[in-house]
Amino acid sequence: MVEKLLVENKNIVVPGEVLAEGMNFLPGKRAFREKEKICASILGLVNINGRVISVIPLSGAYMPNKDDVVIGQIEDVGFSGWHVNIFCPYPADLNVAEATRKYLDTNKTELTRFLDIGEYIFAKVIKVSSSKFVILTMKDRPYRKLKEGTIIKICSTKIPRLIGKKGSMVNMLKQSSGCEILIGQNGLVWISGDPEKEQMVVRAISKIEEEAHREGLTDRIKTMLGGENGKKRTARETNS
Amino acid sequence: MVKKGQPEKLIVKGKRLDGRGFDQMRDVSIKAGVIPEAEGSAELSLGETKVIAAVYGPREVIPKHLANPEKGIIKCVYTMASFATPDRNRPGPSRRSVEISKVMAEALTPVVNLEKYPKTSIDVFVEVTNANAGTRTAAINAASVALADAGIEMNDLVTSIAGGKADGQLILDLFNPEDNYGEADLPIAYLPRTGEVSLLQMDGELTPAEIEKLLKMIKKACEELYKKQKNALRERYKLK
Repeated sequence: MVEKLLVENKNIVVPGEVLAEGMNFLPGKRAFREKEKICASILGLVNINGRVISVIPLSGAYMPNKDDVVIGQIEDVGFSGWHVNIFCPYPADLNVAEATRKYLDTNKTELTRFLDIGEYIFAKVIKVSSSKFVILTMKDRPYRKLKEGTIIKICSTKIPRLIGKKGSMVNMLKQSSGCEILIGQNGLVWISGDPEKEQMVVRAISKIEEEAHREGLTDRIKTMLGGENGKKRTARETNS
Repeated sequence: MVKKGQPEKLIVKGKRLDGRGFDQMRDVSIKAGVIPEAEGSAELSLGETKVIAAVYGPREVIPKHLANPEKGIIKCVYTMASFATPDRNRPGPSRRSVEISKVMAEALTPVVNLEKYPKTSIDVFVEVTNANAGTRTAAINAASVALADAGIEMNDLVTSIAGGKADGQLILDLFNPEDNYGEADLPIAYLPRTGEVSLLQMDGELTPAEIEKLLKMIKKACEELYKKQKNALRERYKLK
Protein backbone atom coordinates (compact mmCIF):
# COMPACT_ATOMS: atom_id res chain seq x y z
CA MET A 1 0.00 0.00 0.00
CA VAL A 2 1.33 3.39 -0.98
CA GLU A 3 1.23 6.06 1.71
CA LYS A 4 -0.26 9.14 0.15
CA LEU A 5 -1.46 12.43 1.58
CA LEU A 6 -4.11 13.89 -0.70
CA VAL A 7 -4.71 17.24 1.00
CA GLU A 8 -2.70 20.11 2.43
CA ASN A 9 -3.09 21.84 5.76
CA LYS A 10 -5.99 24.34 5.83
CA ASN A 11 -7.62 22.92 2.69
CA ILE A 12 -11.41 23.02 2.68
CA VAL A 13 -12.82 19.50 2.57
CA VAL A 14 -16.36 18.19 2.26
CA PRO A 15 -17.92 15.20 4.06
CA GLY A 16 -16.72 11.92 2.59
CA GLU A 17 -13.69 13.42 0.89
CA VAL A 18 -10.63 11.14 1.00
CA LEU A 19 -7.83 12.86 2.93
CA ALA A 20 -5.08 10.27 2.83
CA GLU A 21 -4.37 6.70 1.85
CA GLY A 22 -2.32 4.21 3.79
CA MET A 23 -2.25 2.72 7.26
CA ASN A 24 0.48 5.10 8.46
CA PHE A 25 -2.00 7.95 8.88
CA LEU A 26 -4.48 8.15 11.74
CA PRO A 27 -7.93 9.73 11.75
CA GLY A 28 -8.31 12.54 14.30
CA LYS A 29 -11.46 14.42 15.25
CA ARG A 30 -14.18 14.53 12.59
CA ALA A 31 -12.32 12.10 10.35
CA PHE A 32 -12.74 8.38 10.00
CA ARG A 33 -10.94 5.42 8.52
CA GLU A 34 -12.48 3.23 5.89
CA LYS A 35 -10.24 0.31 4.97
CA GLU A 36 -7.02 2.06 3.98
CA LYS A 37 -8.44 5.52 3.43
CA ILE A 38 -8.91 8.40 5.83
CA CYS A 39 -12.03 10.45 5.06
CA ALA A 40 -13.46 13.70 6.37
CA SER A 41 -16.83 13.51 8.10
CA ILE A 42 -17.67 17.21 8.13
CA LEU A 43 -17.28 20.34 6.05
CA GLY A 44 -14.16 22.02 7.39
CA LEU A 45 -10.47 22.81 7.27
CA VAL A 46 -7.84 20.06 7.30
CA ASN A 47 -5.47 20.02 10.24
CA ILE A 48 -2.46 17.75 9.84
CA ASN A 49 -0.53 17.06 13.00
CA GLY A 50 2.19 14.53 12.25
CA ARG A 51 0.40 11.31 11.38
CA VAL A 52 -2.95 12.46 12.72
CA ILE A 53 -5.35 14.13 10.31
CA SER A 54 -8.36 15.93 11.73
CA VAL A 55 -10.92 18.39 10.42
CA ILE A 56 -11.81 21.73 12.02
CA PRO A 57 -15.51 22.48 11.48
CA LEU A 58 -16.65 25.70 9.79
CA SER A 59 -20.25 25.54 10.95
CA GLY A 60 -22.54 23.50 13.14
CA ALA A 61 -24.62 23.58 16.29
CA TYR A 62 -23.12 23.69 19.77
CA MET A 63 -22.94 20.36 21.58
CA PRO A 64 -22.33 20.67 25.33
CA ASN A 65 -19.36 19.06 27.05
CA LYS A 66 -18.27 18.84 30.68
CA ASP A 67 -16.44 21.94 31.94
CA ASP A 68 -17.64 24.17 29.11
CA VAL A 69 -18.25 27.76 30.10
CA VAL A 70 -21.53 28.98 28.66
CA ILE A 71 -23.92 31.90 28.62
CA GLY A 72 -27.56 30.89 29.01
CA GLN A 73 -30.97 32.42 29.32
CA ILE A 74 -33.41 31.47 32.07
CA GLU A 75 -36.32 29.77 30.36
CA ASP A 76 -38.43 28.55 33.24
CA VAL A 77 -38.39 28.42 37.03
CA GLY A 78 -39.01 25.08 38.70
CA PHE A 79 -39.44 23.89 42.30
CA SER A 80 -35.78 23.75 43.17
CA GLY A 81 -34.00 25.37 40.29
CA TRP A 82 -34.12 26.88 36.86
CA HIS A 83 -34.35 25.58 33.33
CA VAL A 84 -31.79 27.33 31.22
CA ASN A 85 -31.60 27.70 27.47
CA ILE A 86 -27.95 27.32 26.53
CA PHE A 87 -28.65 27.36 22.78
CA CYS A 88 -28.00 23.69 22.17
CA PRO A 89 -30.38 20.81 21.38
CA TYR A 90 -30.52 19.64 24.99
CA PRO A 91 -32.19 21.15 28.06
CA ALA A 92 -29.97 22.49 30.84
CA ASP A 93 -30.79 22.75 34.55
CA LEU A 94 -29.41 24.96 37.27
CA ASN A 95 -30.18 23.77 40.79
CA VAL A 96 -30.63 26.17 43.71
CA ALA A 97 -27.67 24.60 45.47
CA GLU A 98 -25.50 25.32 42.44
CA ALA A 99 -26.75 28.87 41.99
CA THR A 100 -25.47 30.45 45.16
CA ARG A 101 -23.29 29.69 48.14
CA LYS A 102 -25.92 30.88 50.58
CA TYR A 103 -28.43 28.42 52.03
CA LEU A 104 -31.84 28.95 50.50
CA ASP A 105 -35.01 27.46 51.85
CA THR A 106 -37.00 26.72 48.72
CA ASN A 107 -40.21 26.56 50.77
CA LYS A 108 -39.88 30.13 51.92
CA THR A 109 -38.09 31.99 49.15
CA GLU A 110 -39.34 32.89 45.73
CA LEU A 111 -36.73 31.70 43.23
CA THR A 112 -37.53 34.46 40.77
CA ARG A 113 -36.02 36.90 43.28
CA PHE A 114 -32.61 35.53 42.31
CA LEU A 115 -33.08 34.76 38.64
CA ASP A 116 -36.16 35.61 36.64
CA ILE A 117 -37.31 34.33 33.29
CA GLY A 118 -35.46 35.99 30.43
CA GLU A 119 -32.35 36.87 32.42
CA TYR A 120 -28.93 35.77 31.29
CA ILE A 121 -26.35 33.88 33.33
CA PHE A 122 -22.70 33.02 32.93
CA ALA A 123 -22.25 29.44 34.09
CA LYS A 124 -20.24 26.27 33.79
CA VAL A 125 -21.37 22.83 32.66
CA ILE A 126 -20.61 20.38 35.47
CA LYS A 127 -22.15 17.33 33.90
CA VAL A 128 -23.64 16.07 30.69
CA SER A 129 -25.38 12.82 31.52
CA SER A 130 -25.38 9.88 29.14
CA SER A 131 -28.96 10.72 28.25
CA LYS A 132 -27.83 14.25 27.50
CA PHE A 133 -29.21 16.18 30.43
CA VAL A 134 -27.00 19.18 31.10
CA ILE A 135 -26.32 20.38 34.64
CA LEU A 136 -24.92 23.85 35.24
CA THR A 137 -23.24 25.61 38.15
CA MET A 138 -22.57 29.25 38.95
CA LYS A 139 -21.21 28.77 42.45
CA ASP A 140 -17.69 30.05 41.98
CA ARG A 141 -16.29 33.19 40.46
CA PRO A 142 -16.51 34.44 37.72
CA TYR A 143 -19.88 32.73 37.17
CA ARG A 144 -22.79 35.07 37.81
CA LYS A 145 -25.92 36.71 36.56
CA LEU A 146 -25.34 39.08 33.65
CA LYS A 147 -26.88 42.52 34.03
CA GLU A 148 -26.74 45.36 31.51
CA GLY A 149 -24.44 45.03 28.53
CA THR A 150 -25.06 43.56 25.10
CA ILE A 151 -25.40 39.89 24.26
CA ILE A 152 -24.78 38.59 20.76
CA LYS A 153 -24.76 35.10 19.33
CA ILE A 154 -22.19 33.83 16.88
CA CYS A 155 -21.53 30.37 15.54
CA SER A 156 -19.95 28.24 18.29
CA THR A 157 -17.32 26.91 15.88
CA LYS A 158 -15.88 30.44 15.61
CA ILE A 159 -15.31 30.81 19.36
CA PRO A 160 -11.69 29.55 19.36
CA ARG A 161 -10.90 32.19 16.73
CA LEU A 162 -12.57 34.91 18.79
CA ILE A 163 -10.48 33.96 21.80
CA GLY A 164 -7.28 33.64 19.76
CA LYS A 165 -4.00 32.04 20.72
CA LYS A 166 -3.74 32.30 24.52
CA GLY A 167 -6.56 34.84 24.43
CA SER A 168 -4.74 37.25 22.11
CA MET A 169 -7.81 38.28 20.10
CA VAL A 170 -10.19 38.84 23.00
CA ASN A 171 -7.52 40.63 25.02
CA MET A 172 -6.95 42.98 22.10
CA LEU A 173 -10.69 43.69 21.93
CA LYS A 174 -10.81 44.30 25.69
CA GLN A 175 -7.84 46.65 25.65
CA SER A 176 -8.83 48.74 22.67
CA SER A 177 -12.44 49.16 23.77
CA GLY A 178 -12.19 49.14 27.55
CA CYS A 179 -15.24 46.86 27.60
CA GLU A 180 -15.74 43.80 29.74
CA ILE A 181 -16.19 40.73 27.53
CA LEU A 182 -17.37 37.26 28.55
CA ILE A 183 -17.42 34.45 26.03
CA GLY A 184 -19.54 31.31 26.26
CA GLN A 185 -18.45 28.21 24.41
CA ASN A 186 -21.99 27.96 23.08
CA GLY A 187 -21.48 31.04 20.93
CA LEU A 188 -22.95 33.73 23.14
CA VAL A 189 -20.82 36.76 23.92
CA TRP A 190 -21.55 39.35 26.58
CA ILE A 191 -20.07 42.82 26.20
CA SER A 192 -20.41 45.59 28.74
CA GLY A 193 -18.96 49.08 28.72
CA ASP A 194 -19.42 52.41 26.98
CA PRO A 195 -22.39 51.92 24.58
CA GLU A 196 -20.46 53.28 21.59
CA LYS A 197 -17.53 50.99 22.31
CA GLU A 198 -19.91 48.06 22.80
CA GLN A 199 -21.16 48.58 19.26
CA MET A 200 -17.60 48.75 18.01
CA VAL A 201 -16.84 45.39 19.63
CA VAL A 202 -20.04 43.92 18.16
CA ARG A 203 -18.92 44.99 14.68
CA ALA A 204 -15.45 43.56 15.25
CA ILE A 205 -16.90 40.24 16.46
CA SER A 206 -19.18 39.89 13.45
CA LYS A 207 -16.17 40.53 11.23
CA ILE A 208 -14.25 37.82 13.11
CA GLU A 209 -17.17 35.43 12.64
CA GLU A 210 -17.34 36.15 8.92
CA GLU A 211 -13.62 35.77 8.29
CA ALA A 212 -12.72 33.20 10.93
CA HIS A 213 -11.23 30.76 8.42
CA ARG A 214 -8.88 33.29 6.85
CA GLU A 215 -5.36 34.11 7.91
CA GLY A 216 -3.99 37.41 9.20
CA LEU A 217 -7.28 38.20 10.92
CA THR A 218 -5.77 39.59 14.13
CA ASP A 219 -3.94 42.29 12.16
CA ARG A 220 -7.04 43.24 10.20
CA ILE A 221 -9.10 43.53 13.35
CA LYS A 222 -6.32 45.60 14.91
CA THR A 223 -6.35 48.11 12.06
CA MET A 224 -10.15 48.16 12.12
CA LEU A 225 -10.25 48.93 15.84
CA GLY A 226 -7.38 51.41 15.55
CA GLY A 227 -9.17 53.22 12.73
CA GLU A 228 -12.45 53.44 14.61
CA ASN A 229 -10.80 54.58 17.83
CA GLY A 230 -8.83 57.24 15.91
CA LYS A 231 -11.91 58.52 14.11
CA LYS A 232 -13.84 58.97 17.33
CA ARG A 233 -11.03 60.93 18.92
CA THR A 234 -10.60 63.38 16.06
CA ALA A 235 -14.36 63.90 15.88
CA ARG A 236 -14.46 64.78 19.54
CA GLU A 237 -11.47 67.10 19.24
CA THR A 238 -13.03 69.07 16.42
CA ASN A 239 -16.22 69.40 18.46
CA SER A 240 -14.44 70.96 21.38
CA MET B 1 -54.51 7.81 -27.88
CA VAL B 2 -52.61 11.04 -28.14
CA LYS B 3 -53.19 13.31 -25.18
CA LYS B 4 -53.69 17.01 -25.48
CA GLY B 5 -50.38 18.84 -25.64
CA GLN B 6 -48.42 15.68 -26.32
CA PRO B 7 -45.55 16.15 -28.77
CA GLU B 8 -45.61 13.74 -31.72
CA LYS B 9 -42.10 12.54 -31.09
CA LEU B 10 -39.84 12.90 -28.08
CA ILE B 11 -36.71 12.24 -30.07
CA VAL B 12 -36.11 13.98 -33.35
CA LYS B 13 -33.09 13.20 -35.54
CA GLY B 14 -31.15 11.56 -32.72
CA LYS B 15 -31.65 14.50 -30.39
CA ARG B 16 -34.09 15.26 -27.61
CA LEU B 17 -36.67 18.01 -27.80
CA ASP B 18 -34.48 20.46 -25.91
CA GLY B 19 -31.48 19.60 -28.08
CA ARG B 20 -29.66 17.44 -25.53
CA GLY B 21 -27.88 14.18 -26.27
CA PHE B 22 -29.24 10.99 -24.70
CA ASP B 23 -26.77 10.88 -21.83
CA GLN B 24 -26.58 14.60 -21.25
CA MET B 25 -27.81 16.27 -18.05
CA ARG B 26 -29.38 19.68 -17.94
CA ASP B 27 -27.17 22.52 -16.70
CA VAL B 28 -26.68 22.39 -12.95
CA SER B 29 -25.86 25.28 -10.69
CA ILE B 30 -25.59 25.02 -6.91
CA LYS B 31 -25.08 27.74 -4.35
CA ALA B 32 -24.59 26.96 -0.66
CA GLY B 33 -25.49 29.24 2.23
CA VAL B 34 -28.39 31.24 0.82
CA ILE B 35 -30.56 31.46 3.95
CA PRO B 36 -28.80 33.19 6.85
CA GLU B 37 -31.39 32.10 9.44
CA ALA B 38 -30.92 28.41 8.68
CA GLU B 39 -27.97 26.37 9.96
CA GLY B 40 -27.32 25.28 6.39
CA SER B 41 -28.95 25.96 3.06
CA ALA B 42 -28.53 25.54 -0.68
CA GLU B 43 -30.13 26.70 -3.87
CA LEU B 44 -30.02 24.39 -6.86
CA SER B 45 -31.20 24.62 -10.41
CA LEU B 46 -31.33 21.67 -12.75
CA GLY B 47 -32.32 23.17 -16.08
CA GLU B 48 -35.63 24.89 -15.40
CA THR B 49 -36.23 22.99 -12.16
CA LYS B 50 -35.33 25.16 -9.19
CA VAL B 51 -35.28 24.20 -5.53
CA ILE B 52 -34.20 25.78 -2.25
CA ALA B 53 -33.19 23.60 0.69
CA ALA B 54 -32.77 24.65 4.32
CA VAL B 55 -31.49 22.62 7.25
CA TYR B 56 -32.35 23.46 10.87
CA GLY B 57 -30.82 21.64 13.76
CA PRO B 58 -29.76 19.35 15.29
CA ARG B 59 -32.48 20.57 17.62
CA GLU B 60 -34.99 19.30 20.16
CA VAL B 61 -37.49 16.83 18.74
CA ILE B 62 -41.09 17.97 18.66
CA PRO B 63 -43.28 16.03 19.48
CA LYS B 64 -41.04 14.65 22.22
CA HIS B 65 -42.05 10.99 21.96
CA LEU B 66 -40.37 10.76 18.54
CA ALA B 67 -36.95 11.35 20.09
CA ASN B 68 -34.59 8.40 20.01
CA PRO B 69 -32.19 8.31 22.99
CA GLU B 70 -29.55 6.53 20.93
CA LYS B 71 -29.48 8.53 17.74
CA GLY B 72 -30.92 11.51 15.98
CA ILE B 73 -33.68 11.50 13.44
CA ILE B 74 -34.00 13.24 10.09
CA LYS B 75 -37.25 14.92 9.19
CA CYS B 76 -37.81 16.06 5.63
CA VAL B 77 -40.50 18.32 4.31
CA TYR B 78 -40.85 18.69 0.56
CA THR B 79 -43.21 21.38 -0.62
CA MET B 80 -43.99 22.83 -3.99
CA ALA B 81 -44.83 26.48 -4.40
CA SER B 82 -48.26 27.15 -5.89
CA PHE B 83 -46.58 28.97 -8.80
CA ALA B 84 -44.08 26.19 -9.55
CA THR B 85 -46.17 24.52 -12.26
CA PRO B 86 -47.83 26.04 -15.36
CA ASP B 87 -51.27 25.56 -13.76
CA ARG B 88 -51.58 26.74 -10.19
CA ASN B 89 -51.15 23.81 -7.83
CA ARG B 90 -52.88 23.70 -4.49
CA PRO B 91 -50.41 24.47 -1.71
CA GLY B 92 -50.13 22.27 1.34
CA PRO B 93 -49.36 18.61 1.82
CA SER B 94 -50.52 16.24 -0.87
CA ARG B 95 -50.17 12.52 -1.46
CA ARG B 96 -47.23 13.24 -3.73
CA SER B 97 -45.36 15.60 -1.39
CA VAL B 98 -45.78 13.25 1.58
CA GLU B 99 -44.27 10.44 -0.49
CA ILE B 100 -41.34 12.53 -1.66
CA SER B 101 -40.65 13.81 1.87
CA LYS B 102 -40.48 10.22 3.04
CA VAL B 103 -38.20 8.90 0.31
CA MET B 104 -35.95 11.96 0.66
CA ALA B 105 -35.47 11.34 4.37
CA GLU B 106 -34.66 7.71 3.59
CA ALA B 107 -32.21 8.68 0.87
CA LEU B 108 -30.36 11.08 3.17
CA THR B 109 -30.35 9.03 6.38
CA PRO B 110 -27.57 6.54 5.43
CA VAL B 111 -24.93 9.27 5.09
CA VAL B 112 -25.58 11.20 8.31
CA ASN B 113 -23.75 10.10 11.47
CA LEU B 114 -26.93 10.15 13.51
CA GLU B 115 -25.36 8.48 16.54
CA LYS B 116 -23.50 11.76 17.14
CA TYR B 117 -26.79 13.56 17.70
CA PRO B 118 -28.86 11.51 20.18
CA LYS B 119 -32.34 12.80 21.10
CA THR B 120 -32.32 15.43 18.39
CA SER B 121 -33.92 15.97 15.05
CA ILE B 122 -32.34 17.41 11.94
CA ASP B 123 -35.04 19.15 9.96
CA VAL B 124 -34.67 19.48 6.21
CA PHE B 125 -37.06 21.71 4.29
CA VAL B 126 -37.09 21.80 0.52
CA GLU B 127 -39.24 24.18 -1.46
CA VAL B 128 -39.64 23.68 -5.20
CA THR B 129 -39.96 27.12 -6.75
CA ASN B 130 -40.10 25.93 -10.34
CA ALA B 131 -40.95 22.41 -11.42
CA ASN B 132 -39.87 20.89 -14.70
CA ALA B 133 -39.45 17.19 -13.86
CA GLY B 134 -36.71 15.80 -11.65
CA THR B 135 -37.77 17.77 -8.58
CA ARG B 136 -37.10 14.92 -6.17
CA THR B 137 -33.59 14.40 -7.50
CA ALA B 138 -32.92 18.15 -7.37
CA ALA B 139 -34.33 18.24 -3.84
CA ILE B 140 -32.01 15.44 -2.67
CA ASN B 141 -28.95 17.09 -4.23
CA ALA B 142 -29.78 20.42 -2.62
CA ALA B 143 -30.62 18.87 0.75
CA SER B 144 -27.31 17.02 0.82
CA VAL B 145 -25.37 20.25 0.20
CA ALA B 146 -27.46 22.04 2.84
CA LEU B 147 -26.76 19.28 5.39
CA ALA B 148 -23.02 19.57 4.80
CA ASP B 149 -23.27 23.36 4.99
CA ALA B 150 -25.03 23.01 8.36
CA GLY B 151 -21.88 21.39 9.76
CA ILE B 152 -23.55 18.05 10.34
CA GLU B 153 -21.27 15.03 10.51
CA MET B 154 -21.79 12.87 7.46
CA ASN B 155 -19.76 10.12 5.86
CA ASP B 156 -20.61 11.11 2.29
CA LEU B 157 -22.70 13.45 0.18
CA VAL B 158 -25.76 12.22 -1.71
CA THR B 159 -26.11 12.79 -5.43
CA SER B 160 -29.23 12.04 -7.36
CA ILE B 161 -30.42 12.04 -10.94
CA ALA B 162 -33.12 10.32 -12.95
CA GLY B 163 -32.81 8.06 -15.94
CA GLY B 164 -35.62 7.01 -18.22
CA LYS B 165 -36.86 5.93 -21.56
CA ALA B 166 -38.61 7.88 -24.28
CA ASP B 167 -39.41 6.75 -27.82
CA GLY B 168 -37.57 3.50 -27.04
CA GLN B 169 -34.36 5.34 -26.28
CA LEU B 170 -32.64 5.35 -22.87
CA ILE B 171 -32.13 8.91 -21.68
CA LEU B 172 -30.68 10.74 -18.69
CA ASP B 173 -32.30 13.49 -16.63
CA LEU B 174 -35.83 13.69 -18.02
CA PHE B 175 -37.49 17.05 -18.52
CA ASN B 176 -41.21 17.70 -18.53
CA PRO B 177 -42.44 16.22 -21.89
CA GLU B 178 -40.25 13.13 -21.44
CA ASP B 179 -41.49 12.70 -17.88
CA ASN B 180 -45.14 13.04 -18.90
CA TYR B 181 -45.17 11.09 -22.16
CA GLY B 182 -42.07 8.89 -21.96
CA GLU B 183 -42.13 5.19 -21.26
CA ALA B 184 -40.23 5.10 -17.98
CA ASP B 185 -38.73 7.25 -15.23
CA LEU B 186 -36.07 5.93 -12.85
CA PRO B 187 -34.90 8.40 -10.17
CA ILE B 188 -31.85 7.22 -8.24
CA ALA B 189 -29.83 8.58 -5.33
CA TYR B 190 -26.22 7.48 -5.36
CA LEU B 191 -23.50 7.80 -2.73
CA PRO B 192 -20.38 8.72 -4.71
CA ARG B 193 -17.72 7.54 -2.25
CA THR B 194 -19.08 4.10 -1.55
CA GLY B 195 -21.07 3.61 -4.76
CA GLU B 196 -24.19 2.61 -2.83
CA VAL B 197 -27.71 3.44 -3.96
CA SER B 198 -29.99 5.00 -1.34
CA LEU B 199 -33.05 5.68 -3.47
CA LEU B 200 -34.45 3.81 -6.43
CA GLN B 201 -37.94 4.36 -7.68
CA MET B 202 -39.41 3.42 -11.01
CA ASP B 203 -42.37 4.53 -12.99
CA GLY B 204 -43.13 2.71 -16.27
CA GLU B 205 -41.53 -0.36 -17.70
CA LEU B 206 -37.88 -1.24 -18.20
CA THR B 207 -36.10 -4.54 -18.77
CA PRO B 208 -33.35 -5.59 -16.34
CA ALA B 209 -30.76 -4.97 -19.08
CA GLU B 210 -32.08 -1.45 -19.59
CA ILE B 211 -31.88 -0.72 -15.88
CA GLU B 212 -28.25 -1.87 -15.86
CA LYS B 213 -27.47 0.50 -18.72
CA LEU B 214 -29.28 3.38 -17.07
CA LEU B 215 -27.46 2.76 -13.79
CA LYS B 216 -24.15 3.17 -15.61
CA MET B 217 -25.31 6.42 -17.18
CA ILE B 218 -26.60 7.68 -13.85
CA LYS B 219 -23.38 6.83 -12.00
CA LYS B 220 -21.36 8.83 -14.51
CA ALA B 221 -23.68 11.81 -14.17
CA CYS B 222 -23.62 11.56 -10.38
CA GLU B 223 -19.83 11.81 -10.33
CA GLU B 224 -20.21 15.08 -12.20
CA LEU B 225 -22.89 16.27 -9.79
CA TYR B 226 -20.63 15.37 -6.88
CA LYS B 227 -17.94 17.70 -8.24
CA LYS B 228 -20.48 20.52 -8.52
CA GLN B 229 -21.65 19.93 -4.94
CA LYS B 230 -18.06 19.98 -3.68
CA ASN B 231 -17.37 23.19 -5.56
CA ALA B 232 -20.49 24.85 -4.18
CA LEU B 233 -19.41 24.03 -0.62
CA ARG B 234 -15.82 25.18 -1.19
CA GLU B 235 -17.03 28.36 -2.88
CA ARG B 236 -18.93 29.29 0.27
CA TYR B 237 -15.76 29.58 2.32
CA LYS B 238 -13.33 30.51 -0.44
CA LEU B 239 -10.79 33.20 0.29
CA LYS B 240 -12.03 36.44 -1.12
